[in-house]
Amino acid sequence: MTAVQTATDTILEVNDLKTYIFTRAATVKAVDGISFNLRKGETLGIVGESGCGKTMTALSLLRLVPKPAGRIVEGEIVLNGEDILQKSEDEMRDVRGRQISMILQDPQTSLNPVFTIGNQLREALGIAHRENKSSMLSRAVDALRKVNVAAPERRLDDYPHQMSGGMKQRVVGAIAMSCEPGVIIADEPTTALDVTIQLQYLRLLKEIQAETGLAIIFITHDFGVVARMCDRVAVMYAGRIIEQGDVRDIFSRPAHPYTQALINSVPKLEQSVDRLYSIDGQPPLLSNLPEGCRFAPRCPYVSDQCYEAYPQSYTLNEGHYADCWALDADWQGTPIEEFVPPTGTAG
Amino acid sequence: MQAYILRRVAQGILAIFVISTITFALARVSGDPLNVLLPEEASEEQIELIKAEWGLDKPLHMQYFQYLGKLFRGDLGEAMAWPNSTATELIIERLPNTIKLSALALVVSGVIAFPVGVLVAIKKDTPFDYGGKLFAILGQSAPTFAVGLILMWIFAVQLNFFPTSGSGGVEYMILPAVALGYYNVAALMRLTRSSMLEVLDTEYVKLARIKGVAEWKVIWKHCFRNALIVPLTYFGLIGAVLITGSVVIETVFAWPGLGALVIDAILFRDYVVVQAVVLLFAAAFVIINIMVDVLYAYIDPRIRYT
Ligand SMILES: Nc1ncnc2c1ncn2[C@@H]1O[C@H](COP(=O)(O)OP(=O)(O)OP(=O)(O)O)[C@@H](O)[C@H]1O
Ligand code: SF4
Ligand SMILES: [Mg+2]
Repeated sequence: MTAVQTATDTILEVNDLKTYIFTRAATVKAVDGISFNLRKGETLGIVGESGCGKTMTALSLLRLVPKPAGRIVEGEIVLNGEDILQKSEDEMRDVRGRQISMILQDPQTSLNPVFTIGNQLREALGIAHRENKSSMLSRAVDALRKVNVAAPERRLDDYPHQMSGGMKQRVVGAIAMSCEPGVIIADEPTTALDVTIQLQYLRLLKEIQAETGLAIIFITHDFGVVARMCDRVAVMYAGRIIEQGDVRDIFSRPAHPYTQALINSVPKLEQSVDRLYSIDGQPPLLSNLPEGCRFAPRCPYVSDQCYEAYPQSYTLNEGHYADCWALDADWQGTPIEEFVPPTGTAG
Repeated sequence: MQAYILRRVAQGILAIFVISTITFALARVSGDPLNVLLPEEASEEQIELIKAEWGLDKPLHMQYFQYLGKLFRGDLGEAMAWPNSTATELIIERLPNTIKLSALALVVSGVIAFPVGVLVAIKKDTPFDYGGKLFAILGQSAPTFAVGLILMWIFAVQLNFFPTSGSGGVEYMILPAVALGYYNVAALMRLTRSSMLEVLDTEYVKLARIKGVAEWKVIWKHCFRNALIVPLTYFGLIGAVLITGSVVIETVFAWPGLGALVIDAILFRDYVVVQAVVLLFAAAFVIINIMVDVLYAYIDPRIRYT
């Protein structure tokens, strides 16, 4: 997915999306003006620390922000040429599942405990196909087979609690993909299953993508996964995308100090996975954001200018942008050091 | 599932056995039954006669086995205050009335509480929700007899929609059933609301929406059944509320059920009948709980396998 691509290839275009959560105490700006494009068959990674608004971004794309507190306050979400924010709730039901779908962050609790997985799968399939019982049944079996569930006929009558975690995850995947959507968002589990099971699952997603030409938005904490899975990356920090670009560009020439720090904190093979984030300090509260650059309190290059206004977006390369004052030609502070990629990571 | 039901029934039988022992013991420690059976100036001979007649001359453990043996044959004893009637006959006569009233009360509370509970959960923080909260607080704080009297005054005395009291057709049952059910409506509704809110926030409800399932189906298929699990466990307690509540409300509305019977028996100090009715109430409680557990296992498949 490199080379020349025309704009007609775009399946999803997000412009200046803002999703706020209005609590009694404050307004939480969970998504605060993000823009990106997704092409057919492409995989976009969204990376960022916990709480930076990744899941809220994903839910916004399905218009399933938790009601009534959460609301999309501004922006455009153009999916297959139509702004879904202009659609009625009824029209949205045709969009969900069929045009865009999502695998939730916690596959362990994503299945309804009181219905068999066959029931839940057939319900999803039934939204796109109205057919008789036996052909629905064989569709359900096929859907399970596609996600490598062994002996699918026998699993249809199982309840979720009778299945292993990895199996549930694949069933959730099968349900999300049952109506053959053009875009799927996979929110990576925070408490990852077994690493090998996780890898199998990621590989499975890629295989299905290769077959169907599905576009994937992959949400993760883990730059290592991004390197393995994605064509492009968007790095989120405190409700904004602070840098985005091709995986290669981002890994070899990350422009934003935050992205650099993130890539440097990817564990090398011999390190333990516990120390994913070695950046000092905490991100700002989304209910109380500073005027200027949101990374300023943690940034080694910070200068006065950074506190005054939110940085402009600078183009570094075709499709590679970053929001940082240090990229300005008139930057007075310490210049950002030449980035030395850590060894043993991406490839 | 069958093994599960069998196990619950066996536990229930054991519970009823324990309860029967306790009622027997309570009847003995709560005073000498002779004081009730005999006038104070009774002679030695009279005392001996009565003792023999009621089996009170035998040692306590013999009395207990005798009591159990009779119980096993379904014999609850001769009523003391109702000549020529056994406790069993009295109960059989009154039981259907109480069952009818309690069943109607249960239906009233379920039919109102579940849909309203779901509605106020969906309409959280709107006037609907506040109205529901007020309704619930009233139901839980007002005593059953007061609710009964108020209903009687409004709908029977003022509006003349229903008879004030007595027995007969369904029209006699409506007011006592509503009065009896109201307490449960309130509690059930609040439970349904809170568990519904919890369920609405789960990942599997999100997944249902992501699939593109229609909103009414999300609510009534995916949420409702899960949301029922908690209020349903409460149904066991409702059994208790209905039983104790029926004692009061049957008296208020002069409804000839077990509640009214036990009040009469207490007034006449007929410990045989009191003991029999208490045992029956306890047994009913156990049976209701078993039914709830079975229903619970049916609704929540995770229970069946543990
Ligand atoms: N119901 C809510 N009420 C108030 N704030 C909320 C609510 N849901 C989420 N938030 C806030 O919105 C912000 C974005 O949350 P989001 O779930 O999108 O984070 P995330 O990037 O997906 O994090 P993680 O990696 O931990 O999943 C968080 O700061 C969170 O505190
Ligand atoms: S704008 Fe300033 S504070 Fe923000 S990342 Fe760039 S240098 Fe650091
Ligand atoms: Mg998340």
